[in-house]
Amino acid sequence: MQTAPRDAQLPVTREQGLEFLRQMLLIRRFEERAEQAYTEGKIGGFLHLYIGEEAIAVGAMAGLNADDDVVTHYRDHGYALARGIDPKNAMAELYGKATGICKGKGGSMHFADPKKHFWGGYAIVGGHIPLAVGLAFAAQYQNQPRVAVAIFGDGATNIGMFHESLNMAKVWNVPMIILVENNQYGMGTAVHRASAVPDMVTKALGYNIPAAQVDGNDVLAMRDAMMVAALKARRGEGPQFIEAKTYRFRGHSMGDPQRYRTKEEVEKMKARDPIVRFELQLVEHELATQDDFAFLRNDVDRVASEAVEFAETSPFPDPSELYSDVFAPEASNG
Amino acid sequence: MAEKSYRDAIKDALREEMKRDERVFIMGEEVGVWGGTYAVTRGLHDEFGDKRVRDTPIAEAVIVGAAIGAAMGGLRPVAELMTINFSLVAIDQIVNNASKMYYMFGGQFNCPVVIRTPAGWGQLAATHSQSFEAWYASLPGLIVAMPGTPYDAKGLLKSALRSNNPVMFIEHARLYGVTGQVPDGEYFVPFGKSDVKRAGKDVTIVTYSRMLHVSLAAAAKLAQEGIEAEVIDLRTLRPLDMNPVIESVKKTHRALIVEEDWVSCGMGAEIVARIAKDAFDYLDAPVERLGAIEVPMPYSKPLELMALPEEKHVIAAVKQMIA
Ligand SMILES: Cc1ncc(C[n+]2csc(CCOP(=O)(O)OP(=O)(O)O)c2C)c(N)n1
Repeated sequence: MQTAPRDAQLPVTREQGLEFLRQMLLIRRFEERAEQAYTEGKIGGFLHLYIGEEAIAVGAMAGLNADDDVVTHYRDHGYALARGIDPKNAMAELYGKATGICKGKGGSMHFADPKKHFWGGYAIVGGHIPLAVGLAFAAQYQNQPRVAVAIFGDGATNIGMFHESLNMAKVWNVPMIILVENNQYGMGTAVHRASAVPDMVTKALGYNIPAAQVDGNDVLAMRDAMMVAALKARRGEGPQFIEAKTYRFRGHSMGDPQRYRTKEEVEKMKARDPIVRFELQLVEHELATQDDFAFLRNDVDRVASEAVEFAETSPFPDPSELYSDVFAPEASNG
Repeated sequence: MAEKSYRDAIKDALREEMKRDERVFIMGEEVGVWGGTYAVTRGLHDEFGDKRVRDTPIAEAVIVGAAIGAAMGGLRPVAELMTINFSLVAIDQIVNNASKMYYMFGGQFNCPVVIRTPAGWGQLAATHSQSFEAWYASLPGLIVAMPGTPYDAKGLLKSALRSNNPVMFIEHARLYGVTGQVPDGEYFVPFGKSDVKRAGKDVTIVTYSRMLHVSLAAAAKLAQEGIEAEVIDLRTLRPLDMNPVIESVKKTHRALIVEEDWVSCGMGAEIVARIAKDAFDYLDAPVERLGAIEVPMPYSKPLELMALPEEKHVIAAVKQMIA
């Protein structure tokens, strides 16, 4: 087990640092607006908020190339935004509008944009992990220097598909990165009540896959861990595993009464807010000031408001959309 | 034309497409060094090597799931599952990923994966003698092919390997040795085209896969008694082509569905409903269904044979309908 190297100097430029902060703030604001729209009845179904875990998506995506393949689970808004998906189309998807990233057919749990090599959020726990094995294999088969990343929670490490995937990824030595967000709970079940081992990295070692345990609330540590993993996978060292320790500030999804944890625990963990921490670091290292933060907060407020406005004023899908996209068009044979 | 086994017809389709298209590769348990549990891929590992014919761990979920991922990544994977019984371990991948992704993500990317798997039986008892085609055929977004002849097996598999959609390609373990005429050159059997395998005027038999042979044998015997059965092979269960069936029923006024699966909630139920809707006024008798006895398959040989529909049952059912 390794831990990502930390530096006495903050290993980030002012521009990069402010960009990471902007993305984290945008995700948070986006989620808050989504939450608000949900309570107003404008968004239906399940809504899993990413608040508190922003540093993982932003750091991890920053450590990848634009053509690396990403699949994630239903808590997917943060990754979509960090991957550069327009918040307008993301919000419109939540509203089920025609301008949504998936034309309103996927909803919160199923964002995707293959142009950004963001192959989707998947709502069956663990069901997307094998897809990343296949994406990584496709890169290997075609001699392309891409890596494929599968992202999911601690809870998903207990399902069979996780184990089948890690094993075959190692046997085939494919350039796959397994990123586990250990936010301490799978719905209302604490890790120790569901997993035989408390540290997810232990499970990787069982498959002889190198594993790093990272502070998931530290955006730079996340970026570094992903860069190291991607470098190794890209140069043929096979699958790599990252466990990001974090905490989800909100319920599992909307309407979760959170009987499984105390308010005190949540408050204590909120003291480790990844955004506040990063702001402090930036100030401490004299890379940014409170004015910068105020500017960024204003900026993401505007972007999130525009996204809501866009979603609200967009039309619902044409009724013909109900019937389209069941089968892809067939090319003529020959 | 050449006389070829169902097994070799399938292998030919695989070989032709692998030669033609670098993106086509095979993965599954024992497909490589062993040569395939039912010897369908025998020789292909020697011919194409480890890269294109890939042995996997015993892990059906990741076999199908990784094939889907590889398809997303630009390849044309063929995932072989040893038998359809084991597809249950991978059913989440088939149901929730393969058959949904094109629609769910708004048509942004498709999933050209072929899942090859045999149904069948042979004193293998309850867990190894099942036929789940009706489950898969109930899924929008998944093509389900179930060929009965070497000709159709090759032609349908060629279509599957060129398709832009996920295909569940269900073979039959007891048909691998059956031979038939197969053209020498390249040809395709399209999806969604039922085939009249024998013309007749007195009764319509609707069937597919191995029951095609049972039905044709029964039809030959019935002909000797002056009863002309029309035998229609569905070939693909989704898309399902009912046109020849409806046309036939309008002529014969009677229909019998013969399947190897349990009849409750099986393919036959769907076909009866469609006949009832589109040819109700033409029927002179209730549509009948013949299938396996509704018990888990027993091991003992005589019991196993009792559980399956045979020629004599088809003959008896037809005679009863005509009487
Ligand atoms: C196969 C399956 N079983 C159960 C569920 C219901 N479910 C959705 S999320 C979840 C908890 C998953 O927890 P974890 O993997 O830790 O991810 P987190 O939500 O904490 O990010 C469960 C049980 C599901 N979607 N899929």
